[in-house]
Amino acid sequence: MAELVIETKGLTKRYGDLVAVNGLNLRVKKGEVFGLLGPNGSGKTTTILMLLGLTEPTAGTVRVLGFDPVRQPLSVKARVGYLPEQVGFYDDLTARENMFYIAKLNGLRRDEMYKRVEQALEQMGLTDVADRRVGTFSRGMRQRLGVAEVLLKQPQLIIMDEPTQGLDPEAAREFLEIIHNLKAEGITVLLSSHLLYQVQEVCDRVGLFHQGRMVLEGTVKELAQRVLGSAYRIRLKADGPVPALEKALRDLPNVVRLNRSDTNVYELEAKSDVRAEAARAVVEAGGKLLGLDIEEPNLDEIYTRYFSEQG
Amino acid sequence: MALRLKQIRRAREGSPWTGLWAVVAKEMADHLTSVRMRILEVLIALTAFGTVYAAILRLRSTVGQDPFLFLRLFTTEREPLPAFVGFLGFLVPLVAIALGFDAINGEFNRRTISRVLAQPIYRDALLFGKFLAGFFTLALVLTTIWLLVMGLGLLTLGVPPRGEEVMRSLWFLVATIFYGGIWLALALLFSIVFRQPASAALASIAVWLFFTAFWGMIADVLAQVLRPVRFGFPQEVLAQAQLGLALTRLSPNALYSEITLALLHPTVRALGLLLPIQLQGAILGTPLPLRQSLLLIWPQLTGLIAATILLFALGYVLFQRQEIRA
Repeated sequence: MAELVIETKGLTKRYGDLVAVNGLNLRVKKGEVFGLLGPNGSGKTTTILMLLGLTEPTAGTVRVLGFDPVRQPLSVKARVGYLPEQVGFYDDLTARENMFYIAKLNGLRRDEMYKRVEQALEQMGLTDVADRRVGTFSRGMRQRLGVAEVLLKQPQLIIMDEPTQGLDPEAAREFLEIIHNLKAEGITVLLSSHLLYQVQEVCDRVGLFHQGRMVLEGTVKELAQRVLGSAYRIRLKADGPVPALEKALRDLPNVVRLNRSDTNVYELEAKSDVRAEAARAVVEAGGKLLGLDIEEPNLDEIYTRYFSEQG
Repeated sequence: MALRLKQIRRAREGSPWTGLWAVVAKEMADHLTSVRMRILEVLIALTAFGTVYAAILRLRSTVGQDPFLFLRLFTTEREPLPAFVGFLGFLVPLVAIALGFDAINGEFNRRTISRVLAQPIYRDALLFGKFLAGFFTLALVLTTIWLLVMGLGLLTLGVPPRGEEVMRSLWFLVATIFYGGIWLALALLFSIVFRQPASAALASIAVWLFFTAFWGMIADVLAQVLRPVRFGFPQEVLAQAQLGLALTRLSPNALYSEITLALLHPTVRALGLLLPIQLQGAILGTPLPLRQSLLLIWPQLTGLIAATILLFALGYVLFQRQEIRA
């Protein structure tokens, strides 16, 4: 079994009567990208703060890279990079000055500090603007500066809180690319988001949060199978006798559901990829196949479906 | 198992001072380059120059007669300008408040607090670093002014200061810095309590105004109510005056003005009430040696420092318990 980077057992945080995080058991393996997903106020940020030792758990235990954030916060924080939600900088200082401050707080020696700052700026494509005041930076540039700053400590784990929030689609796509690259370097990434569709492609596994509990956990595909009952949704457009086509499609193996959304558009839900069989069935039933598409399972849909079923 | 127990017993790993000097260096750089501080520095320098120059014009006629000529630089007033110490009494709190009122809530508002605290440092380092940076900046500004005043005196009076005068004015400088320390600690405390820097600044100034303008009157009224003079006995009058004085001394302004009085006027031999019996054998008008003057103000000076530490400790406790999420 792969080494565990994060392990929590029964992690709970209460603010008075409000239970922000309730009995969380989270396990994140080395080298994976794990997504904490859920609406605002479902306990994602509180969980992250407890992982970093910035807030104390009411109950339960946490281990991050083998350290206890409550007792050994410095060891944890020296090894874990944190990119907070809407990361803030000292606007009157330049990007480089902001980086120097963080480097000094990490106790880097002078020559090492210069080397790492230049390297991190270069890696995030910020070398040209390094001497500009951060106040003039766009949201996307700030976010990249945030990552550059996190890279200074050469972290084994990076925790990002809502990293794509407030970014335009292009900047968000670029940012997801950055996460891909971090993963390729062997860094474990834990990120939180309420924009499910944006992060589903970068996350190896996700955990869905709802009212302080992690209600679902697994790969997107696993979740789809569990919640939607079928992981494959096929859209098929065909002309021909409707009853015959419907019967032929419904009789295919592994098909769970069939809907006709237009006169000649059929939507299939299946447990496996049945595109080839469906095409043959249409032709054999005397129809003309006009189009055939497969939809990837969508986290938004999983989420909506899960909670509509829970009531 | 033994190792585990040892780990549990030790409350926190590492030193609370990790990263302290990085914070101090950064904050001091911020203070010294900020427009806010520039304005205040210019203001202080101008008043220093103005009041001291006015004092010099008056002192020129008495050169050679006064053994404490250099101390008169700080205390001589010339209409319409008040003396330099009078100006310092209200400029120093202003500068100290300006240095501290947005220390912590500013970090929250810029959303930098979580990023800074996610570095391998304790909160102690951030708070104490901010206090020290403000304190050093204050010390730097006041020392510069002190040097300017002394230099101006050397140039215009044409006599060098005696050792005693230099020592007395140095102690005065130290007392002034600690007087600023109280207001700095207060502003820092309010910057933890209030999320808006404007609220923190207003609250600090309100406290300062209260002690400057109102506390003296309130202390008098309280003394009259609590120790009324019913029959006109001397004991009653004395008790009332003593209570009034004790209450007045709760104000840092009162402590500071007593300190400056004793340090800059060597002939002052008692602060507060003095009964004729205590003056028996004293040669009035002769200056006290520095040691005796220091002995006189020692309670006031320790009081100033203790109040600074108390305010800082209160802020420390509040900050340690504060939730980081905005």
